[in-house]
Amino acid sequence: MIRTLGSTDENTLGIRLADAQYPTPFKSGLEYNPPARGVWNIVHTGMLVPQAHQIFVCAQGCLRGVILTAAEMNALDRMSWVSVEENDMFDGTMERDIIDGVTEILGKLTYKPRAVLLFLSCIHLFAGCDFGVILDELRVRFPNIDFADCYMTPTMRKSITPDAKMRIQLYDMLRPLPINKRSVSIIGNDRPTDESSELMKILRTNGFTVYDITLCGDYDEYLKTAESGLYITYLPAAKLSGERLASRFGGEHLHLPAYFDFDLIEENYKQLCERLGVSAHGFSEEKSLAENRLKSALSVIGDTPIAVDFTAVTLPFGLAELLCKYGFNVRYIFSDVILPDDRNAFERLAESRPDIMLYSAVNTEMEFFEPESGKILAIGQKAAFYCQTDYFVDIVANGGYYGFSGIAKTADLMVRAFTEPKDRREVIRHKGWGLCCNAQLN
Amino acid sequence: MKNVSKIIPCYAADTSGVCSALYEFGGMIAVHDASGCNSTYSTHDEPRWYDMKSKIYISALTEMDAVLGNDRKLIDDICSAAQKLSPEFIALCGSPMPMMTGVDFDALAEEIRRRTGIKTIPLHTNGMHSYLTGAGEAFLSLAKCFAGECSQTNGQGVNILGATPLDFALNGSVESIKKWLADEGFTVVSCFGMGSDLTEISQAATAAVNLVISYSGFPAAEYMKDKFGIPYVCGVPVGRTFSERLARSLRTAAGGGKCVYPCAERSDSPSELCIIGESVFAGSLAAALSADFGISAQVICPLDTEGFLLAENDLRLASEEDIENALAQISPKAVISDPLYKYIFPRGTELYALPHYAFSGRCFAKSIPNLINRNLKELL
Repeated sequence: MIRTLGSTDENTLGIRLADAQYPTPFKSGLEYNPPARGVWNIVHTGMLVPQAHQIFVCAQGCLRGVILTAAEMNALDRMSWVSVEENDMFDGTMERDIIDGVTEILGKLTYKPRAVLLFLSCIHLFAGCDFGVILDELRVRFPNIDFADCYMTPTMRKSITPDAKMRIQLYDMLRPLPINKRSVSIIGNDRPTDESSELMKILRTNGFTVYDITLCGDYDEYLKTAESGLYITYLPAAKLSGERLASRFGGEHLHLPAYFDFDLIEENYKQLCERLGVSAHGFSEEKSLAENRLKSALSVIGDTPIAVDFTAVTLPFGLAELLCKYGFNVRYIFSDVILPDDRNAFERLAESRPDIMLYSAVNTEMEFFEPESGKILAIGQKAAFYCQTDYFVDIVANGGYYGFSGIAKTADLMVRAFTEPKDRREVIRHKGWGLCCNAQLN
Repeated sequence: MKNVSKIIPCYAADTSGVCSALYEFGGMIAVHDASGCNSTYSTHDEPRWYDMKSKIYISALTEMDAVLGNDRKLIDDICSAAQKLSPEFIALCGSPMPMMTGVDFDALAEEIRRRTGIKTIPLHTNGMHSYLTGAGEAFLSLAKCFAGECSQTNGQGVNILGATPLDFALNGSVESIKKWLADEGFTVVSCFGMGSDLTEISQAATAAVNLVISYSGFPAAEYMKDKFGIPYVCGVPVGRTFSERLARSLRTAAGGGKCVYPCAERSDSPSELCIIGESVFAGSLAAALSADFGISAQVICPLDTEGFLLAENDLRLASEEDIENALAQISPKAVISDPLYKYIFPRGTELYALPHYAFSGRCFAKSIPNLINRNLKELL
């Protein structure tokens, strides 16, 4: 068992899976922020829009994080800001200050962005800032630039999350185009989907044009997203975005969660093929490959304790269930919520493996965790941090993997992680997995 | 516009200043915020996470709690966490949203103190001011809460005020200041911010003189001057000659009770060199360059300070536009500053890079030199 230091009672930290309640197993309270930085934030995501400039309007404390995010990814030239002080909120000039500030910034830029993502913050929403007036005026002043209203609103914890909202606004600049039934978009991802996945093979081999913001070479290509006949999402935070695009432009939306259950994966592909109007072949070969890789991984990893976290994969209970089914010794899951797409896997796992321990990733006492002795294989940066293990699979948001091939590749990554330790401290401090990091980390 | 920046970053904010200042004292710091401040602080403003744990948390404020003014949840959550973690003290500070809703941190702190029996410090940040303001209030609170009256005094005793990694990176600078003091015959009683615990802070009033090494140490220095009669000296021992002068100033102040500002004691001769940075450090560096090499430098201070901490020709300019315009007007041959200022230099101006953690965070962390009591040739 994981032990804790100090005066804390370890029994209050973890919950047996059998005792965990869907969808929020832990009581809310003060939160700790573990120094594992691989997950992308709204700045990283916004940078995916080609030829766009980001302008943040918020207080200094909030600005610093977003600016240094840009600095560390060597993109300061695509980011500007307007700071907000107390009097700006109360002197009746809130909207005017933003319009003038943005105008000044755009007048000084040495390049002409095609689009501007303008971010306001919690305090603007709270003060009733009229974002519409701001955008109307800016569109008049800069008719050749597309403006999108974006939100840095971490206070919005009970409604739509900033992450989900960002994935909606990412496509705000799109304008209606004639629908092309042979075009498909994968929506809301921050990394390309693995080309060897069955999902991509179905689309490519049947001759569909695939749009994905992570692959767009320029702004014009990004705009073509709106011609899609089908919008596919598979990340939970992207689902609303897909729904919104279908509603705006008349295409269809299909949410195909990144399941780890073989039957559900196959069901996903059936749905996809039906919508595309193409024949669905069986996936026995792909299933066999995934099974073989899992068995092969088990032969290497054996009964080594495994920890899974919610940043590595979007459906951690689904992954844990799959691993248990194939004989792996999953002992720990780090997640503060159980998503609807993961509920069934959670409930089955709670019955079949009631003693798996579920831990919050933000509980204040988690900082003083001391892991059990011996080797632990972690899947995800936060699991690696809390379990203090250098043997970890370093992916976020499924790593771009999907379906049966995704399972096979994840199994391969587990083997590699098990046999090749990483410099945990160095790796997990890089902000934004996969992006260039200019920071000289100590 | 004064609050607009095309490209350069902003400095760490007051919330980060509070957390950085109180990091090492065993307290529990709760930032009343949704998540942004803590994420920014722990990622970009705090290099000690891996080597030293500290109880720094956010309240995880939600829109419903903000709209409904649900202070009860915050109080309950802090009391619950304090019960489990037994901190030496509790510090509570704010972010932009609590400012909008008018949270009364003094009242909250008092209620938490009554319920937990733990000393609770309210700090009045809102994420809209610089780290120096936040750290300054935090150090002042430390002095008020923990530095008690002492009957005995240490004639050679010195408190170092204003040490945080935001101004003094983890490159041995603070240790070098302590060694320099010891070599000069002083005894370090406490160091507000780095390398001391509350026991040492409780002895702070025994010191004969305070050494203020950044503006964040200034409010505590003023307090201890008024409360305990301890004079202070403002300066950082950079370079050789200026360090000797600073040591003499400390001895004089300790003996005579008068506060002095060696960082501002510089000639106003024409300069082809600018230094952009925090007032006490930048002023000390300018004085050191003058003393060691006869090089005159003009300081541009973009942060909070007092007029008497700057020399007559120095400039207090906060915005990108003002600094850019000033540099264009001065047209210096070179500028000593954080590398991220280079974007607003006039064409042809040379950069002598002196990364500042409070400005560029982790970007150049490994390149921040330790200039304490050393030959400054390595900088130039």
